[in-house]
Amino acid sequence: MSAPVSTSGSPTRFPASQRPDPRGRFGQFGGRYVPETLMTVLLELEKQYLAYRDDPDFRRDLDALLGDYAGRPTPLFHAARLSEAIAAGRAKIYLKREDLCHTGAHKINNTLGQGLLAKHLGKPRVIAETGAGQHGVATATAAALLDLECDVFMGEEDIRRQELNVFRMRLLGAEVHPVSSGSRTLKDATNEAFRDWLARCDDTHYIIGSVVGPHPFPMMVRDFQSVIGVETRRQIMAKEGRLPDHLVACVGGGSNSIGLFAPFYDEPNVQMYGVEAAGEGIETGRHAATISMGQVGVFHGAREYVLQTDDGQIVEAHSISAGLDYPGSGPEHCFLAESKRAHYLSATDREALDATRLLCRTEGIIPALESAHAIAALHKIVPQVEKGAIVVLCLSGRGDKDVYTLRKHLG
Amino acid sequence: MNRIEKHFAQAAEEKRKSLILFLSAGFPDLETTGRLIEEIDRSGCDVLELGVPFSDPIADGPTIQASSFEALKSGTTLVGILDLVETLRSRDVRIPILLFGAFNPFLHYGLDRLASRAVEAGVDGFLVPDLPIEEAEEFEALCRGAGLSLVFLVAPTTPPERMKEIAQRSTGFVYFVSLKGVTGVEIAVGPELRERVGLLRRIADPLPVAVGFGIQTPEHVRAVAQIADGVVVGSALVRLVDKHRGDAELTQRVGEFVRSLKSALS
Repeated sequence: MSAPVSTSGSPTRFPASQRPDPRGRFGQFGGRYVPETLMTVLLELEKQYLAYRDDPDFRRDLDALLGDYAGRPTPLFHAARLSEAIAAGRAKIYLKREDLCHTGAHKINNTLGQGLLAKHLGKPRVIAETGAGQHGVATATAAALLDLECDVFMGEEDIRRQELNVFRMRLLGAEVHPVSSGSRTLKDATNEAFRDWLARCDDTHYIIGSVVGPHPFPMMVRDFQSVIGVETRRQIMAKEGRLPDHLVACVGGGSNSIGLFAPFYDEPNVQMYGVEAAGEGIETGRHAATISMGQVGVFHGAREYVLQTDDGQIVEAHSISAGLDYPGSGPEHCFLAESKRAHYLSATDREALDATRLLCRTEGIIPALESAHAIAALHKIVPQVEKGAIVVLCLSGRGDKDVYTLRKHLG
Repeated sequence: MNRIEKHFAQAAEEKRKSLILFLSAGFPDLETTGRLIEEIDRSGCDVLELGVPFSDPIADGPTIQASSFEALKSGTTLVGILDLVETLRSRDVRIPILLFGAFNPFLHYGLDRLASRAVEAGVDGFLVPDLPIEEAEEFEALCRGAGLSLVFLVAPTTPPERMKEIAQRSTGFVYFVSLKGVTGVEIAVGPELRERVGLLRRIADPLPVAVGFGIQTPEHVRAVAQIADGVVVGSALVRLVDKHRGDAELTQRVGEFVRSLKSALS
């Protein structure tokens, strides 16, 4: 059995890494490509955030919320049967159970952090973009708890696909605004959220759902999500007496993966793998493998890898998992990829579905389709690792939200 | 001196205010845009901001966003827009032209290549709403080297210290955004706006200050011309194009509208 681990939701810094630089850059990536109206707001947000990050009262309040409300620390579970099923038990696979967080995914770590920050900034209203609705639900949840007004922007197409989450958000008191521009999905909802923020930056904080957007968001969301890696470190030390050899997580915008990776940046022996969505297959062009296949561009306020046309227009991404279906990528991931500190691979819709079934049958856990991409990648990663290696996989969310999709494809 | 700088130098000498118009390139198609630019030039507009469409704008209001979306559907590209400007210059269209658009299509084209192609085509400068001074250094140097203006924006939220830096780095003119939020809402010229624009003009002097966002009618133009060197009309023109697209009288209507705005300046 595991030794008890203390709750630590404290945003953690990584002194040896010193990222991003003062301009919000991770190498060539990141920055602040936003209209002038938002520059002052972002500069102020950065200043305030850096002060609260080091404020013991703020950290104590956040720790309390993460512990008593979100249900942290989440377990680190040795998935023995899964380990056996993949490459005949070559590696010992642990699952970091973010699926057991309140609202069913890691998203709540960030929305509680930013919600509390909004409270301290004296902003009575928060807004969010959402694709599948998970971040919208997590934001609506934090807003209800913290007594903040909440407006969520969601593409019409996604509203149709994710009716139940729309209902959840409304039940929690949030207003859901349908977005009818462009492809009517996550990227369009994000554009709309930025526009709303431009007009109402005085009384509104924009809770971005991933490690994307202009500085300081990628840093801030990373810090709030790094509780995943901080706990993992403690838990694996308690169970195994050493650090893991390999970390695996899915990457859409990339917040659960950054959260797992960040506290290990300065451990040269820990390998990191981000798994993108290959959709119907990279070769079909219908995928969301932005880091693997994208080109450097500027999207949603940051320089990063983007799926784009020859004319620099953003292309729609494709994945069975709405949470990975994003044509941009977190700037820090782009940096980790370019500097080869982390490895990026991809899994197709089909592979993710097969991995979902595998985890259901071996461990009795229905993973979110996003997380299933990470599971699928184990088939590629584990055969290459040294025998007896310890692998930690971030099971970022539970699959309840995906049961309709699963029934359609696996039923 | 490029056409923008020449224009403002002359306007300052003659103590004239300038009319600046925004047009979405490729809405409803590039051929129409070409005809409209010729008409706008004939009708007395002083500077043209030619909108380069982007799939995912975060700084545009609904009108311009919708026109961008259609421009892309009609096959408009940055390459095509540069070619159009080149053709217009060969037909003796003399109005100063700025390309106005999101940074990504410019970056993807290649900033270095863009600067030289812009000069060759007869473009006079750029205005890139999602490129604040912090991120602009590289493009700024290229524009300076090529003699192109790079116009920066000052927002209602910009504090005076920052205003100063923006004014110092802006070339051609500096653009004051009259409203928070995105384009398409109506302006109100009150004491607060008067004071902010006055402050920017003192800071920017001798660089001209243009005010934009929410200016839709000749009355708005007249009011804003009292406090600024240049007046920008955007969404209202795009709406007019939308209303009369496909009509035989589109060009004529646009010409009338431009002349009505222009006469409000004098």
